[in-house]
Amino acid sequence: MSDITKQSLTELIENIKNKKLSSTDVTKAFIDRSEKSKELNAYITNDFTSALDKAKKFDQKPNFNLKLPGIPMAVKDLFCTKNIKTTAGSKILNNFVPTYESTVTENIWNEGAILLGKLNCDEFAMGSSNETSFFGNVQSPIDKNLVPGGSSGGSASAVAGKLTPVTIGTDTGGSIRQPASFTGIVGLKPTYGSCSRYGIVAFASSLDQAGPMAQNVKDCALLHEVISSYDPKDSTSIEFKRNHYSKELTNNIKGKKIGIPKEYRVDGMPKEIEDLWQKGIQYIKDCGAETIDISLPNTSYALPTYYIVAPAEASSNLARYDGVKYGFRAKGENLIDMYEKTRSEGFGAEVQRRIMIGTYVLSSGYYDAYYLKAQKVRKLIKNDFDEAYKKVDAILTPSTPSSAFKIGEKTNDPVSMYLNDIFTVPVNLAGLPGISIPAGHDSKGYPLGLQIIGKAFDEQNILNIAYAMEEKINFKNKITDWWIK
Amino acid sequence: MSIDLKTIKHISKLARISVDEQRAEKLAGDLNSIFDFIEKLNELKTDNVEPLTSIAETTLKLRSDEVKSKNIREQIIKNSPQDNEDYFVVPKVIE
Repeated sequence: MSDITKQSLTELIENIKNKKLSSTDVTKAFIDRSEKSKELNAYITNDFTSALDKAKKFDQKPNFNLKLPGIPMAVKDLFCTKNIKTTAGSKILNNFVPTYESTVTENIWNEGAILLGKLNCDEFAMGSSNETSFFGNVQSPIDKNLVPGGSSGGSASAVAGKLTPVTIGTDTGGSIRQPASFTGIVGLKPTYGSCSRYGIVAFASSLDQAGPMAQNVKDCALLHEVISSYDPKDSTSIEFKRNHYSKELTNNIKGKKIGIPKEYRVDGMPKEIEDLWQKGIQYIKDCGAETIDISLPNTSYALPTYYIVAPAEASSNLARYDGVKYGFRAKGENLIDMYEKTRSEGFGAEVQRRIMIGTYVLSSGYYDAYYLKAQKVRKLIKNDFDEAYKKVDAILTPSTPSSAFKIGEKTNDPVSMYLNDIFTVPVNLAGLPGISIPAGHDSKGYPLGLQIIGKAFDEQNILNIAYAMEEKINFKNKITDWWIK
Repeated sequence: MSIDLKTIKHISKLARISVDEQRAEKLAGDLNSIFDFIEKLNELKTDNVEPLTSIAETTLKLRSDEVKSKNIREQIIKNSPQDNEDYFVVPKVIE
C-alpha cells in the first residue's frame, strides 16, 4: 500500500482496527517517507529502529481498545522523552538525555502510539520561522525555501509533508497556530491549564501550552482528547470536566454567535487576508450561525505586552542553563567566566536577545515601568475577552497577517518577525483556546488560515465550529512532493 | 529612551552572557528598536488596574512531601558536562 501516508489519523486507526493494515505497515510507510524527506530537515533526532521494534511488538499482541493503536508519531523536540535526546533546538542541550517523560507524551504512548522521532523547532521555541534552530532551517513542504512558520516548524512541516500522521507542538504566542496556517494544516492551542506542562522545556511559563497539529479537525480533536489531562506534577494544571472531544464532535453550530473583532483589521494587512476573513464570515452564516461585530479595544497592545512578559519569564526559566548539571559547557578561567562563556556560546542570537530584554525589564529601577505595566495591560486584554464573551460564543479572526515568507526574508528585523504573531498572541495572554484551520490560498498558492478563539475550557465548541467550517471550505493542500527526488 | 553600550554591558553581566564589543553594538540596536515598539504601552493609563499575575485562577494544591523517583543519581550525573562519579564538578571557587 503506497498510499498509507496519505491517510488521515482516523483512517489509519480504522484500518489497523479492521486488520487491513498492521502497525508495522504504517510505521514502515512513515519511516520510508521520512527517510526520503531529509531535505525538509524536519527531524532533529530519529528513533526509527526502535519504532519498528515497538510496531512489531504491538502487532504480536495488539490492543485495539486504545485510542492510538500502534500509530507512529513524531513530536516536537521540546517534549522531554525518557532516554531519548531532547534539545529544544539549542546547542546548549545538544547532549541532554532526559531521565523522565513529559506527561503529554506519556499520555500519547499510553494510548498505544509509537515515537518516530523528535522534530525541529526554533531554539527554545523562540521564533516564528524555525530559523533560530541550532539544527538549521526547516523547509516547508509547500514550496522550496519557504519557511514553515515557527516555532513548531518541524512539526508543521512533518504533518503537511506526511512524515507523521499527526503531531504535537507547543504554543506560547502562536507557535502551533501560525505554522499550521503557513502549511495548510489544523493546529489547536488549548486553554492554559488543559495540558500539563510537566516535562516540556520551559519558555514562558504563564503562556506555554502543548497542543495537537493534524490534517483535519477530527484528528485534531482525537489527539487533544489524548493529551489533555489533569496532572498534579504541574501546579498550574487545572481540574475540569474534559470531553471526549472526538466523539462529541458535531457540525451542528446553528444559532451560535460568532464575534468579528474590528481591531483585527490592522494597517497594511493584505487584501487577500481581508477577503479570506469575509469568506470565513460567509461560511459561518452558511452553517446557520450568526456573526456579530465586536470590539477588543486593547488588541494593539497585546504584542508589546507579550514582548515584556515572555522574555521576562524566559530570562528566569533559562537561568538554569549554566553548564554545571547538564548541557553544553564552555571552558572558563573561573566559575563566573565559565557561566558567561557557556551561555554566550550555547545560546543562539535570538535567545540571547530575549534573555537580555527579560533581564532588563526585571532589573532594579525598570520593573514597575515595564513588567508591572505589562501585567496590568495583560489584565485589560483579558477583560476585553471577558466582555466580548458576554455577547458571543466564539471569535473568528485571520490566523496570521500574511502567508508564509521566504527563508531569510525577515531575519534581520526582529520587530517585523514579531508582527507575525499579532493575531495569535492575545489568545495566550488571556489563556484562551484557539484553533487555526486552513481556509484558502493566496495568489502564490500558499495556504492561509482562519483562527477561532473560544471561551476558557470551551475547546469542544471551537472544534465544532472548525469542523462545520472545514466541511464548507473543503480545503485541498497543494503538496507537490518537490523535495522527493 | 535609548539603551547605550554601558547598559548592554550591565544587562549582560546580570544575565551571565559574555558579550564582545561588536555584539554589544548589534544588541543595542536590536533592543532599542524593540523597546521603541514596547513604549506604545505608555499610551494606556493603568493606575487603577490590578496586575494579572496568574492566568489560572486556582489556588495551589498541597501534597505530602514524598520522594517519588529513587536511585536516579547515576542517570542524572551522566548528563553532567564534566566527567565525574559522584559530584557535579565546577572550576575552582575557593583559593
